[in-house]
Amino acid sequence: MSIELVCPAGTPSALRAAVDAGAHSVYCGFRDETNARNFPGLNFSPEELTEGVRYAHARGAKVLVAINTFAKAGAFDPWKKALENAEKSGADAVILADLAVLDHAARNHPALRLHLSVQAAAATPEAIEFYQQTFGVKRIVLPRVLSVEEIATLNAAVSVETEAFVFGGLCPMTEGRCSLSSYVTGRSPNLSGVCSPPEHVAYEEGPGGTATKLAGYTIDRVAKGAPAGYPTLCKGSFVAEGKTSHLFEDPVSLNASTLIAALARAGVTALKIEGRQRGKGYVAEVVRTFRAAVEAIEAGRDEVEVERMLAGLVEGGRQTSGAYKKTWR
Amino acid sequence: MTDIALSLGPVFFNWSPDRLRDFYARIADEADVDRVFVGEVVCGKRMPFNDPVWPDVVERLTQAGKTVILSTLALPSNIRDRKAVKALCEGGASIEINDLTAMPAMGAAPFAVGPFVNVYNEGAASFLANRGANLICLPVELPLSSVGTIARACPDVTFEVFAFGRLPLAVSGRCYHARLHGLHKDSCQFICDRDPDGLPVDTLDGQDFLAINGIQTLSHSLQVWSPSPEEAANLGVRSLRLSPHTLDMVAVSALYRRLCRGEASPQETRAKLRELPLPGALVDGFTRGIAGAAKAAS
Repeated sequence: MSIELVCPAGTPSALRAAVDAGAHSVYCGFRDETNARNFPGLNFSPEELTEGVRYAHARGAKVLVAINTFAKAGAFDPWKKALENAEKSGADAVILADLAVLDHAARNHPALRLHLSVQAAAATPEAIEFYQQTFGVKRIVLPRVLSVEEIATLNAAVSVETEAFVFGGLCPMTEGRCSLSSYVTGRSPNLSGVCSPPEHVAYEEGPGGTATKLAGYTIDRVAKGAPAGYPTLCKGSFVAEGKTSHLFEDPVSLNASTLIAALARAGVTALKIEGRQRGKGYVAEVVRTFRAAVEAIEAGRDEVEVERMLAGLVEGGRQTSGAYKKTWR
Repeated sequence: MTDIALSLGPVFFNWSPDRLRDFYARIADEADVDRVFVGEVVCGKRMPFNDPVWPDVVERLTQAGKTVILSTLALPSNIRDRKAVKALCEGGASIEINDLTAMPAMGAAPFAVGPFVNVYNEGAASFLANRGANLICLPVELPLSSVGTIARACPDVTFEVFAFGRLPLAVSGRCYHARLHGLHKDSCQFICDRDPDGLPVDTLDGQDFLAINGIQTLSHSLQVWSPSPEEAANLGVRSLRLSPHTLDMVAVSALYRRLCRGEASPQETRAKLRELPLPGALVDGFTRGIAGAAKAAS
């Protein structure tokens, strides 16, 4: 059993930090709408990617390039160029979601290793088989709707590698199938590579406390002076049937660190840490901790001991193991 | 100019077998629509209750001269769901796929593609067309500028736009009806049947916002796209999809038919729609490439 740790690199310095901290692989994207973390101040130019690949390869780590948005109609060039630049950089794989991008890559870049992004939401053996047979996809990043038991069953039924998120931001909605952000702001992960984008965020002081707003809609409200979170739409507080609650998801992040061994037993090839928007200090700490945990599990050490190693990791705020445990549903 | 066809989309909500039977009987007898998509697309747990209804519904609609297409699950989540999708796709009827899980079972047969499948560009559309897609209802957030680009690039495919109803915005592994009522999805007691148009979700300031329907999240407002026949034709759109709600869908389809024939203006159509007991305001921002919640013109 050998678990690959796939770590986020929003910037060249985060890439170096992740590699130095023991990442087996890092994933990153170009500085444009071709990747799903299209935020200002993040991402790589083609030259920076080439340099990053050189740095990672020299230290035995792989680089995976996320080109995981849906190409805009009539404007395919950025996605074509991203595939070309990824191949030229010597990256080890590209992570794709759009049928058009997959089709183009399979036809024109036969040497590129293709991974299927979580944004493609392939959650069944049939969908996975379709991507594998049609485009030669080698790995599927699993949608965050499956329990560990279901992942084990799925892995028994498919011959591709699977990769599962273990830490960081968490979408309660099926990724790649959510237009909540564009409904409110006009921009969404599928259309623009962003969710609940910062230019629509406002914090308003009022008699009831601080309201966090997205495009004028109140997404949550906290007592005056209390820390107000970022108004990600699906983590907001809403009213239904007279009941006020975090209806879709609490303001939590994913932490499946206690499930590493279970996920490995379920046949998962790689564990993925979310957080390309995070700084290099955070990335280094999380990667170092997970690498030690993964090695401890591979060495057959006690799982309780491993859990203790990871207990210090908090992303800030509350955490959940999400869909991996059936009760989440 | 080609006529603009009217489709009645699948019912998203957990309607009882009786309600479904009565609804489709009236659609068969009175609604001026060309195509009717039937079947469960949101939650496989509802299927055992409603499956017995469909053969009669299909026969009744077919006899009334409607083209009937069986719509499949948007998020098949267990072996029972997957078997249901496979059985439908291999059953020889006309099929709408809402997830690529259906692709292997479709083989070489032609099929329709629902708005839950990500077709954001002409490359994805022509890829699916080469595999047998003959009708594509595009994702709801796609602006008309993209719709036109895609439709012009794939003239052999019928492109349909989601023109009326609460917008299907997201699906999840989690059931929000169950969560709201302190239940789990696996023991949900099917409480989504209490909200035949979805359960309204307001902001903390009491603003109408969203609606939940089991694992699905919809807009509280209703999409209205009411193009003139020229506008639809110029974009290459050949069909409009009306999504069923409990209000009088016969009346809704009649208004859209007049619009498509050029007998009523877009403005007149919206005004008449607003006279119906709509469960929310009318919005059309997605069609204009802005926030989907942007109000439609008067």
